[in-house]
Parts: sequence; C-alpha cells; structure tokens
Amino acid sequence: MARIDRIAEPWGTRTPYGSGADWPVRVDTHLAEGVAPEDVDRWVQTASLLHSNGDAMDIAVKDNKIVGVRGRAVDRVNHGRLGPKDLYGWQANASPDRLTKPLIREGGKLVETDWDTAMQRIVDKSKALLAEQGPSAIGFYTTGQLFSEEYYTLGTMAHGGIGTNHVDGNTRLCTATAGEALKESFGCDGQPGSYTDVDHADVIALYGHNVAETQTVLWTRMLDRLAGPNPPKIICVDPRMTPVARAATVHLAPRPGTNVALMNGILHQIITNGWVDQEYIQAHTVGYSELEKEVKNYPPALVAEICGVPAEQISEAASIIGHAERLLSTVLQGFYQSNQATAAAVQVNNVNIIRGMLGKPGCGILQMNGQPTAENTRECGADGDLAAFRNWSNDAHIQDLARVWNIDPMSIPHYSPPTHVMQMMRYAEDGSIRMLWVSGTNPAVSLPELARIRSILEQDRLFLVVQDIFLSETAQLADVVLPAATWGEKTGTFTNVDRTVHLSEKAVDPPGEARPDLEIFIDYAHRMGLQDKDGQPLIKWHDPESAFEAWKECTRGRPCDYTGITYDKLRGGSGIQWPCNEENPDGTERIYADGKFWAHPEYCETYGRDLITGAPVEPTEYKALNPEGKAIIKAAEYMPPHELPSQDFPLQLITGRTLYQFHTRTKTGRAPELQAAAPDVWVELSADDAGAYGIAEGDLAEVETPRGSVRARVRISGIRNGVLFLPFHYGYWDTKGGHQPDGAGRAANELTITDWDAASKQPIFKTAAARITRVSGGDGPSAAPTTTASAPVGGFPEDARTKGIATALADEATGTAGGTR
Amino acid sequence: MKFGLVLEEMHRSENDLAHHLLVISERHKVDHEIYHLARDLARWSQQHVRDIAAISKNYGQDLDPEPRGEAGLMETIREKGSEMVGRRPETGMLLLRDLRELYLKACGVSADWELLAQAAQGMKDKDLLGLAEKCHPQTIRQMKWANGKLKESATQILVS
Repeated sequence: MARIDRIAEPWGTRTPYGSGADWPVRVDTHLAEGVAPEDVDRWVQTASLLHSNGDAMDIAVKDNKIVGVRGRAVDRVNHGRLGPKDLYGWQANASPDRLTKPLIREGGKLVETDWDTAMQRIVDKSKALLAEQGPSAIGFYTTGQLFSEEYYTLGTMAHGGIGTNHVDGNTRLCTATAGEALKESFGCDGQPGSYTDVDHADVIALYGHNVAETQTVLWTRMLDRLAGPNPPKIICVDPRMTPVARAATVHLAPRPGTNVALMNGILHQIITNGWVDQEYIQAHTVGYSELEKEVKNYPPALVAEICGVPAEQISEAASIIGHAERLLSTVLQGFYQSNQATAAAVQVNNVNIIRGMLGKPGCGILQMNGQPTAENTRECGADGDLAAFRNWSNDAHIQDLARVWNIDPMSIPHYSPPTHVMQMMRYAEDGSIRMLWVSGTNPAVSLPELARIRSILEQDRLFLVVQDIFLSETAQLADVVLPAATWGEKTGTFTNVDRTVHLSEKAVDPPGEARPDLEIFIDYAHRMGLQDKDGQPLIKWHDPESAFEAWKECTRGRPCDYTGITYDKLRGGSGIQWPCNEENPDGTERIYADGKFWAHPEYCETYGRDLITGAPVEPTEYKALNPEGKAIIKAAEYMPPHELPSQDFPLQLITGRTLYQFHTRTKTGRAPELQAAAPDVWVELSADDAGAYGIAEGDLAEVETPRGSVRARVRISGIRNGVLFLPFHYGYWDTKGGHQPDGAGRAANELTITDWDAASKQPIFKTAAARITRVSGGDGPSAAPTTTASAPVGGFPEDARTKGIATALADEATGTAGGTR
Repeated sequence: MKFGLVLEEMHRSENDLAHHLLVISERHKVDHEIYHLARDLARWSQQHVRDIAAISKNYGQDLDPEPRGEAGLMETIREKGSEMVGRRPETGMLLLRDLRELYLKACGVSADWELLAQAAQGMKDKDLLGLAEKCHPQTIRQMKWANGKLKESATQILVS
C-alpha cells in the first residue's frame, strides 16, 4: 500500500499493460483523517456521481457518517481506481450549508417552512395554471445527477400526468449532442463502444475530449496502455495543450468553430486514399455517395486555411486514422459545445462507419457524456424525449407508451419535438411558461448569457421551484425551495457512458428534513391526483426498487432493455451493461457487432433532423431513405460561426472545465482538497497573445464580449493563439453577490452567446468573440492548476505548482485481485 | 425565347426570399434560433442570386449579381423593436404569420427551380441543370425549416 498526493498526481501510479491484456487492478482509498480501514463500520456500494465515467466505489460509514471511499476492484469500469473528485468530493455531503428545511418566499424573502406548506403551495399553483392555461404553462428542468428511478418518475409525471411538452435536463448543456449524433447515425441513442475498447485499440482519436480532466480514470486506462507494450497512437483535436495533447502522436489545434471543416478534411483524405471498407459500406449503410460528394470540397490545403492547422498535420492524422486496425474514437465538449456540434460529431461517427470499425474489440465510438447520470436523463425521458427511446413521431410508439402507463395516447404530448431548455427560457421570457420546476441544477450559473437568464428567473410572473441540496444561485431566486437528499443518502441506479448500470445504495440518512428526489416527485404526483385511465394513481410505485421494476417494464423490447437486471444482481459484483435481458443475461459489451442497428423505421428512436437547419425529417422521407434500418451516413457542409472576431472583439473565447471542480462547484467547492487545488476563476491565453497585450502571468485582466465582462487572474498556457479560455465553474454562491456579480463578473457565462446547435439544441459555449485588457499586476502566478490543460508555459516558481493540502494523501494498492473485465 | 423570363423571375424570387429571411431574422431577434438560422439560410438564397446572374449572361440577360441589400437603419430599428416587445405574447402571432409567409415563398422558389430544371433539360444545358441540382435542394431545406418551425412554435403560441 502506497500513500500518494492525488491532487499533485491526479492519475496516480502507472500499472502498464499491453494490447489485449487485462487492465491491472489498483484499489484507491481515501478515508477521513484518523480513520483506519478497520475502524469502518460498514462499506456501502455505489458509483461516482461527480463525473460521467461511472467509477464503482464503496462508501465507508462510521457512526452513521460517511468517512471515506474505496474503489471497487471487481468493477469492469475502474478496476478499483478513483479520480480526485471521487476521493475527496464525498465530504460535501456533510457540509453545514446543506438545505435541511423547505423554504418559501414570504414578503420577498425565503423563510423556513414545513413540507406540507411548501408542497401545497406548488400544488395550488400547478392546479391554478392548469385550469387557467393548461399544461403549456408548466415546465420541468432537471439534471444529469439524479437516478433512473427519479427521472422515470419525473418523465411519467410530466409527460403522462401533467401533459406538458416542456421537459428537459441540463444534459442539454453537456450531452445532448452525444445523443443526437448517435440518433442521426444509428437511428437511436446507445453507445456503440465500450471502455474495454481502450484495451485493444491501436489508434485512439479524441475529438474535443480532454479525457484527462473529465474522466480521469478512463485516461488512467489510456496512460497505462501508453506505458505498456504496443501502445496505441493518440490523435488529439483540441485548441488547448491538454494532457491528452501532450501525449498525442498528432495534436490538431483548430480555430474554434471549425470542427466540421476539419472533419471533412480528414474524411476527404480517408476517402481519396481508399482507406474505406467498401464491403461494410455496401452491406450496412446508406448515404455514402452524399458524403463522397460533400468532402470532395475539402482538400487539406483549404481546410488548413479555414481551421488554421497545417495541411501536413491533417494529412498525417488522416493517415494514422486511415491505417488503424482497431480505431477507437471519442468525442466531448470541444465538439458538443462548439459551432455545428451535431454535424461535427456525426462526422466522427462517419469515420468509424466507413472504415467498418464498429462492434469489434478496439473498434468503437464513445460519444461521451458530461454528467454521471446523463445517460439516464436521456433514456428515461427526462430530457424531453419519450421514455426508453420511443419515437415521438411514430404513433405506434405513443400507443405503446400509453399502454405501459395505462393512459389515453392523446394525453402524451407528441405533436412536436420536446421543448429544450433554451426554448423554455424563451417561453418564460415571453410569459407563456409561468411555472418552472428546477431539480438538481443551477441555470443561473450554467446557462449562457447570465444577465438575460437572471432577468428571466427573477420575474415576479414566473413561479420558480428549486429542488437542491444547497442554496445555489438559482435557489436564491426561487419561490419555493425543496431540500433534497443526494448520493449516499438515497438508493437508485444509474448508467455511465459505456452503458454500465450501477446500483447506488443509501449509506446514511439525509440531513434534517431533506428528502430523496424520488419521494418528492411521488408526493407531488399524489397531491396533484394524477391518475391513469382507470382512475388509479398514475405513479404506481413507492420506493426505489418498485420504481426500478416499473422502469424495467417500460424498457422491455427497447434498445435500452433493463429487464434482465435486478437490484440483487447489481449487488456485490460489477456493474452490468445494457441491453440486459433474456437473450443477454450478463449484459452486452458491444452493440452493433453484427452490423445490425436499431434504425429500422418501425423501431428507431427518431427519423433524424437536417444537420444544418435542424428541421425534423418526415417519417415518409426516412422510410424511403432507410427502409431496412442501416447506419445512416450524413454529410454536412461547413458553416462559419455566428459570432466571428471583429476589430472590437478580436479574440475567440471558449469556456470549459477543470479536473478538480464539477459543474457549478456546489459539491467540489465544499471539499477542501479540491477547492484548494482550483480556488478561483482564471483566464488562459497564449504566450504570444500575452506579449502582444502586455499581460503577464498572475495579472488581473478583464475579459469582455458584447454581453458582459469577467475579471480573472491570467494564466499563460499552451492554448492556441487568438483564443481565450475561462473555466465555467465559478459563480457567486461563495461571494458577497450571492446569486449575481457584486461588481466585476466571475462566471464565464456572463460572456457566452445565446445560440445553439439547430439539431441537438445544445448551447454554443465555445465560440464567442472577445477582448482582453490588463487591469492590474498580480503578486504571483494565478491559482490555476498546473497539472492539467492550464499548465503554465515558460518559467514558473516550483512552490506555486499544484499540490495537495495535508489531508490529500490517499492510498493506492496494486497487485490485488480484481474481477473480470 | 420565353426562357429569359424564367431566369428573371427566378432571380427576383430568390432575392425576395433572401430579403424575407433577413426581415424575419431582424424582427424576431429575441427568438434566437430564428434570428441565427434565418440569416444562415438567407446566405443560400443570396448565393443563388449570384449564380443565376452569372449564368443568365449565356442567355443574353443582364441581371444584378449583388443580392438586394439589407437596410442598415431599418435592421437596427426592427431588432430594437423585437427586443422591446419580446416579452409580450402578441409577437408570437407575428412569428407564425412570418413563418407561414416564408414557407409559401420558399415553395414558390422551389416551383421556379422545377421550371428551370425542366427547361434546362429541354435545352440540354448541363451547366444550367447543374445549377438547379445544386440550388433546389437548399430551397427545399429552407421550406422544411419554415414548416418545421411553424409546427414547433404553433402549439405554445396558439393555446397559451
């Protein structure tokens, strides 16, 4: 057993392995000061709720308090490893800031009340609005951090009970494009790849995916491959010098907003050189000739001009991808939150499709998620889609869902696509949405153009309900605040990026009167008197396990089939990958293995959209194009970003995340080791730009766009020239402003543009025109992490490098036995 | 030959469609997807105008290659107006009316491309047919966008 500072060394110690071998086990543990493993009363099974990797772990409980965590050696996802956010983040559960009583607004102020009063206020308002205007007055905006059971209850209640079309999750901001890209290419959501593809791949191409910071344990797996025999080649597309970029064989750093041009350039090379699997294309796809025609227009020389990347680099990357025998492609926010998000992510799918690299070991696509339970938001219909990937424009699917819920099909809104959150904000702005129920998310920091968002949420005519574990910026604007239980305080299941389902068990009681989200939703449904067509309660379940059983029934025969999973089956061993049913009782490692897809017109989740205009494809059109349900190759032309640099705003601003914080820091900002590692906002710019603007490391600078300004300390990093980076985590809950700036802005989203991808409706956080000016000098370097993409370039004082506080030492045990892959 | 008239009509109708898209964009600035997409789609029609003007020389026509301009001052006024009334429900009805008109105009342009493609085949003019094959699908996408937006927006506006 070794002790190691996992703030200074986020990925821990290498356990190298070669192609096709088993990834060695390494069990990571972190316990509170003074607690030894033998002091622990019990270990309670769960998985990580602070990123999307789905790392399985056990919570250590002593005297009915959470005192630490330990990775689960038997689990297929992490083989015992944990990331820094997992090791330290659990401490936030016991924060004294937790909400412990419901709050209601009285005389302009939030005051404590009891559950009955708070719920009655919500029910009275809901009933009044339904009577006066109907379901179009009510919207639900949830998260990527609740459990399946809770999302399914919320979706059933909103779609089947209230009958509103206004349901979305903050997964719209992180993973909507992942889902949409899979739907466009394969007719249905569902991750083609598996993490075990890392064990086999000879080329891993990461597109806008800084895996080293967003899924640290997945990167650890890649690092262990890189340290072993026959390491894979890495292709990295990212405008920042990320840890991935530093490890890459080829690093392409395109101008923000030009991903489609870059992908078309790579596809041009692959197709022109004949590095395609014609047999696979013939047998399993439609649309190839359109792609051939489109990418003809993107020779490397032209793409080099558009993207600001040397033509030779594009050719070299394409050649490595084109010669790969086992190609794993992964995609994240660098594509999802940028201009032409879906079109770009679909071109990555196209690379694997035309190379015939799907469904075999090492040959996969991982359209990544940003949040731990984002997959469930999508599956359960809490992102507005219908439950279990049912197709809103297929009447037979509506009938089937109505059968499951025992309601009239007409009660399920399916006359148009679901209302995404940015449109909901617009409806709240024009006054037609009059009640918004926000659960587990913080739009007052995470949505673009915050001055506008605050002005919408602050309106007297909008009744705002916020269900959260802390008094977030958004909760401070609410009319009713409901205190929720979180991870470790309630039971439920959730599913990670590669379809692995984990059980998360209750370890301790929630603080005060806080309640599980599931109980809150069920209570509301009963108080509202929501019924099925026989006059029975619409929500027929009463606890996590009965909710899970109901959800399983809803998934029967659908792609995300859970019917073979039970709570008992999830206890003790590894997580299980869906589909898991009678045919696949142990789950399914890779889907699409036989070149068969879930794209048949009668079965698919969607008929797709125009990648540029976002217009839904009509059912008849889809049936004509793809009668047999093959993979769909969709081409797209490059369209420039809507906001380009100008004389006034000569730079481009991208926002993003850091390894040590999660979302709006409600939890990680309350874990001392994590908060100390990345305590405040910073702005990154390149050494060339710093020279041009006379700005030095640690200076205070002001970043402005046409929408606002933010002040931050400067980090001179390896970012592309002409580009500024701001982390989006830092809001106002720990400042004097409370929910808004008190003087200078701090939240990156003060600056971002209200614009979104027409196909996935994901907001564009990574393409805004901006300028930077020096405000004053600093008294040392900025506090930005030095271990990550924000690593400084040039001389830097050793003692200012990122390291852990005294309590950051964690245990690492290698050589222990683990489970199967 | 009557064909000159077809080109002239085509040039006029694409110019008109581009202009209408820009007007919609400005008038509904607070509906951000309408604002951005209408501008993107206007660029397609503006390019069509240039292409038609270029090819019209082969048929002895002298059509202006410059798409009808955006009125700078009017644009600003409309955008400001949009921001001022953006919190009132009546703007929704105006949006539906504008989208309906857009859909009809795009249908008209689509029909014009049919006529032009038929004529091109009759005259065995490959360049002209190529132009129709390039432009007509974009017109249809403009049409579908207008129809899709209409469908998506109607319920909230009409029943709220």
